[in-house]
Parts: sequence; structure tokens; C-alpha cells
Amino acid sequence: MTSDVKPLLPRHDDLVNERLVAWYFLAALTFLTVSMLAGLLVALQLIRANPLDGVELLSPARWRMVHTNAIAYGFLANAFLGCLHWAIPRLTLRPVASVALSYFIFSAWQFVVVCTAAGIILGPSFQAQDWVAELASQLHISMSLGAQGVEWGETPFWIDPVAQLGLLLVAINFMTPIVRQRGPMYVSLWYFMAAFVWTFLTYGMGNFMPEYAVGGVSGGAVGGLFIHDLVGLFVTPLGWGLMYYFVPIMLKRPIWSHGLSLVGFWGLAFFYPLQGIHHFLYTPIPMFLQYGAIISTIAVELVVTTVVINFIGTIWGDGEVLKKNLPIRWFYCGMIYYFITCFQCALQVTLTFQKLIHFTDWVVGHAHLVMFGVFSMWIFGIMTYLFPRLIGRDWHSRKLCEIHFWFSAVGVFIMFLDLGLAGVFQGYYWASLAPWDVSVMGSQSFWVVRAFAGLMMFAGTLCFLVNLYLTWRGPVRELNPDIDVAPALA
Amino acid sequence: MFESKAGILGIAGIGFFLFAFISNVWTPILMYKDVTEKTAEEVVNYRVMAHFGDLNRRYPEAFQEAFGEPTEENCAAALRLGRQLYIGEGCWHCHSQFVRPVSNESKRWGPVSTAEEYQNELQRPVMFGTRRVGPDLSHEAGRRSNDWHAVHFFDPPLVSPDSPMPKYTWFFDGAPNKPNKRGLAIITYLQWLGTSLDSYPYYEQVNADAEEDY
Repeated sequence: MTSDVKPLLPRHDDLVNERLVAWYFLAALTFLTVSMLAGLLVALQLIRANPLDGVELLSPARWRMVHTNAIAYGFLANAFLGCLHWAIPRLTLRPVASVALSYFIFSAWQFVVVCTAAGIILGPSFQAQDWVAELASQLHISMSLGAQGVEWGETPFWIDPVAQLGLLLVAINFMTPIVRQRGPMYVSLWYFMAAFVWTFLTYGMGNFMPEYAVGGVSGGAVGGLFIHDLVGLFVTPLGWGLMYYFVPIMLKRPIWSHGLSLVGFWGLAFFYPLQGIHHFLYTPIPMFLQYGAIISTIAVELVVTTVVINFIGTIWGDGEVLKKNLPIRWFYCGMIYYFITCFQCALQVTLTFQKLIHFTDWVVGHAHLVMFGVFSMWIFGIMTYLFPRLIGRDWHSRKLCEIHFWFSAVGVFIMFLDLGLAGVFQGYYWASLAPWDVSVMGSQSFWVVRAFAGLMMFAGTLCFLVNLYLTWRGPVRELNPDIDVAPALA
Repeated sequence: MFESKAGILGIAGIGFFLFAFISNVWTPILMYKDVTEKTAEEVVNYRVMAHFGDLNRRYPEAFQEAFGEPTEENCAAALRLGRQLYIGEGCWHCHSQFVRPVSNESKRWGPVSTAEEYQNELQRPVMFGTRRVGPDLSHEAGRRSNDWHAVHFFDPPLVSPDSPMPKYTWFFDGAPNKPNKRGLAIITYLQWLGTSLDSYPYYEQVNADAEEDY
């Protein structure tokens, strides 16, 4: 009799495959470490203190591409997939399409990331062999074994179809519970649904069109759109979707304004894809397209501000929580940085600013604040919240968690300020027509500071990893399966 | 519509993406569709051939082994390989290939880049670049000699003391006067960049006294 009575809500364990979430997080942290080491190598090369200069397989230029790709596809993508395996079943009250498919996607994605790294590092070493040229002339493709010549899309051409298929499977796996869900959809699900479509389309556009379909300046327009959409249509919607999920849960209060949530989502959806060309201003791409990209960029920054306002409205009156709740502090610090990068973006996208700062370290500083200061910090917040739940143990040390936060938040902000300033100097050195060396020597002190800022971020991450290891070794604590999430930090 | 699955998938997911694709990608494609995309063979010219021949004279053994005779066809093959190395070795992350009409760039790098310069096989994907740690290379050909490039690739500070550029010793068989196939190919590629312009070779108009001012 009791067996006929269906429980009101499905059990958490039937919805979420916690082991898989943990595996995704561990994979993400592994690639994060690789990426940071690669970043350190490049930083040392720039200050001419690279002890490994001249070793082919440790070439800083190849590892520079490993650095960005490991962050985008190794760290962010893995961490997001882990978070989605937690959030989507709990939001829809339905499990993902298939557990077997989930594990297959997990392995396939690690395969893609490892192949990307291997291709970038080993590819150029084999490029000069005769069979490559022969295959290229037979198949009428360029056969660049190593990186593909699209920024953020360096995934070698031979792995792109696998990655594209993987993204399709990801979409199927997660869209199944969303489509089956009835009734109104929560904001997070809007972002997730759109992101699955956008990521698939963006990846296909950026990795196949410039390689096979369009060359020259039009190919540049595709490349610009790809760089931009990868951040705007893959990372950003997943990041905000997760914020809309985790912030109200942890604050135990609803999002401040549903109307602003709508404005934020639809504004992003409309304006974000229109901006790719702003990465290549003053190129031979038609000027009216450049103006269009600039205007929609400024428009999206206004839209983004409404999202930040919405989240500030949500926490308003409860600011004390930032002191004791570490995940919330990660989230809101990331949002402040998000606002700074967006405000910066609305300025730097103008032709006036571009004249000075394009091609300089200003842009590099901007990229670090976006990718690390915003999205990585949100992920660290989610990991700080979920790991105790996933491994059934309280954090070994609150202090190490705090150090992780402060070293990351301060480190990336120092890097951002330092590189931004470096960019202004470089821009003026170049315009002054001083010999090129002058701009290089002038950058030296900024690059030294940048290396230390990077080391600070790396030290924070190491604290997190050590803390995670000690927690995993520590005593198990039984958690209430339905609601209890390790209270130590939340 | 704004909160329904159909609205989000159809309008935001696919509709807005397509709108952006048509306006930002399809428009330039249509505008440049009549500018023919040249093959590597078609962009070989007497200027790059002069450098290709020079490489043959300087490093005959390595050259013959890598490319055979310095013919135009072999030069095209070298250009293709050179471009692949330019991408694979990540050169494009520290060197740009476009000259903007601002910031005195046309004085330093030569004429402002035009669409025609990019309509060829060797600019697919286009190598605009987004960062200049080192100089722009769009008009690099002919500015420096082949042996300068060889030494520079082997150990950049030997000829450019302050350079943070990494060593590319694997382009050589142990010494800067022994470039291998990869070394010869990438030098050929560099000596091709900008050879289609009237102003070839373009020398930087920089303020040589400035070094002391800073």
C-alpha cells in the first residue's frame, strides 16, 4: 500500500549522479592546474626568465594556446558540465536522459581536451613530414596537424568533428529533462536551453567555416564572431544560469525582480551575437559592420547592468552574509568584476580607445578578469559549496578556503590593473614611433608584476587543491540527503 | 513567448543567432565574393622567389633535401608549410598581420592593409592576430635578410638583444647556419609577407633617436 503512494518529490539521489559531478570537478581542476602552469611558463618567457627556453615540446608559444584552450574546454566546460549535472535535474525534477550517455560524454570530452593539448604540443613537430603534404594535396585540406588558426578555436581540425558531436550529445542529454518538464520554467533553464543551442552553433561556425568555407577578411569576421560568441553564448549564459540557481538557494530568498531577469536574458540573446567584429576594428572589414558591432556592444553593457542590479537587489539588506558565506562571497565578487569588465568593455570597444589599446596587454588584462575573475570565481564558489556535499565531508580548513578566495580575487585584480596600465603605455610607445625595443623594455616591469600576480592566483588554487585533498582524507560526516549541505561555510 | 520553450529555443537560440550570422558574417562574404581567392601557387612572385633562391644558395644541402630545386611550385609548397608552422608554433599570438589607419601605424609598418591582401589561400584562416608583443609582420618581406632571420629564430637576443621571443632551435640542425625544412619554410613565408605591395620592401619610419629619450 505504502509502495503505491508516490513521494511528492523525487529523491535527490535518483536525480543527481553525484559521483559524475565530482569527476567533472576533478577533471576541471586538473586542467586548471595545467593551464596555470602553462600561463606561468609564458609569463616567465616574457620577462626572459624561462629556464626551459629552447625545448621544443615546452615551446611557450604552443603552451600559450594550451593555456587558453585548457581553460575554455578543460576547466570551464568540465566544471560547467559538472554543475549542470547538479542543477538541471534538481530544477526539472527529472534525471538527465541517460547515465550511460553521461559517462560516455564525460570520457569523450576528456578525450577531446587531451587530444587538443596533444595536437597543439606535438602537431607542429610532425608538420614538415612528407606524408602530411601528400595527404593535404589528396584531400584538398590544409592539414595543419597542430593548432587551428582561430583564436580560442585552436582545437586541431582532426578533433573538431568529435567535439562537435560531443556538444550535440550534451544538448540531447540535458534537453531531455528540460523538454519533459511541464509548467513555467525558471530563469536558469532559459539560459541553459539557449546555451546548448548557441554553443553547438558557435563551435561549428568557428571551427569549420574559417578552415573550409571562407578565407580572407570574411573569415576574419567569422573568427571575431567566434571569439566573442564562445564567451558570450557558451560561458556567459551557463555562468549566469548557475548564478540564478545557486544565489537564491543560498540566500534563501527569491530573485529580486522577474522583469529584470527577462530583460537580462532577452537583451543578452539579442545583442550579444551581433558584436563579433569589434575584435577586429580598423581592419578591412566593412566600416558599417564595425559601427554596428560597436553600438550593439555598448547596448549589451547596459543590459548586463540590469542583471547585476537584479542580483544586488536580491542580496540587499542581507550584506552580512558576504562575511560568513564563502560561496556567496565568490559569486558577488565575481559579479562586481563582471560589472567592471563590462563597463570597461563599453569604453574600450569605441574606436577612440581601440586606437590606443588594441594589440596591447590591456586586452589580455580584460580577458583574465572575465575568464578568471568572473566565471572561474563563480565556479570556485560552486565547488566550495558542493564539494563537502559530494564527498560527504566538511571542509578540512576554513582558513585555506579563505586564502583561496583572497589570493584569487586580489591576484586577478592586480593582474587586471597591471596589464591595463601596461596596455596604455604600450599604445603610446607604439604611436610615438619609438623603436620597437623601447615598448618591450617599457613593458618589462609590468610583466614582472603580472608574473607575481599569476603566482598569487596559482598559490590560491594550490591551497584549494591541498584543502580538497585533506578534506577527502578527513572523517566522513553523514549529511541529510535532502537539504543538508555542509554548513561549515554556507 | 518570452518564457516558453519554443520562444527561447526558436527566437533566442536559433533566430537571433541566425540574424547575427546573416548580418555579421554573410554580409562581408557577399561583399567580397567577387574578389578571387588566390592559391599559394598564384601568390608566388619574383620577389619571394629571389629569397627562395637565396636560401638555396646559402644552405644548399638542407634546401635540396627539403625542397629540391628552387622552382615556383616548390616555393608554393614551402609557403604552405611555412604558414602552417606560423599557426602551429603560435607566432600569430604575438605578431599581428594588419596595419591600421591609426596610431602612426602606416609609418611604422607600411601601407594600411586592404582586403585584397587577404584573399588568398595562405590567409585561410586569416592571420590578423590580436596581440603585438613583437612587431606586425604583414609587410615583413625584404626588410631583413635570410641569414638575419635564421640567426634570429635560433636565438633571438643574438640579433635583437631585448627580445623576449622564445628560441626556435628545432628549426635547425644544431646551428644557426643549418636550418632544416621547417626553418627554411618559415623564413620563406616571412619573406613573402607583403611582397604583393608596390612599396616593397617597406622599411620602418621610426624615430631612431627615441631610444635615448626614454
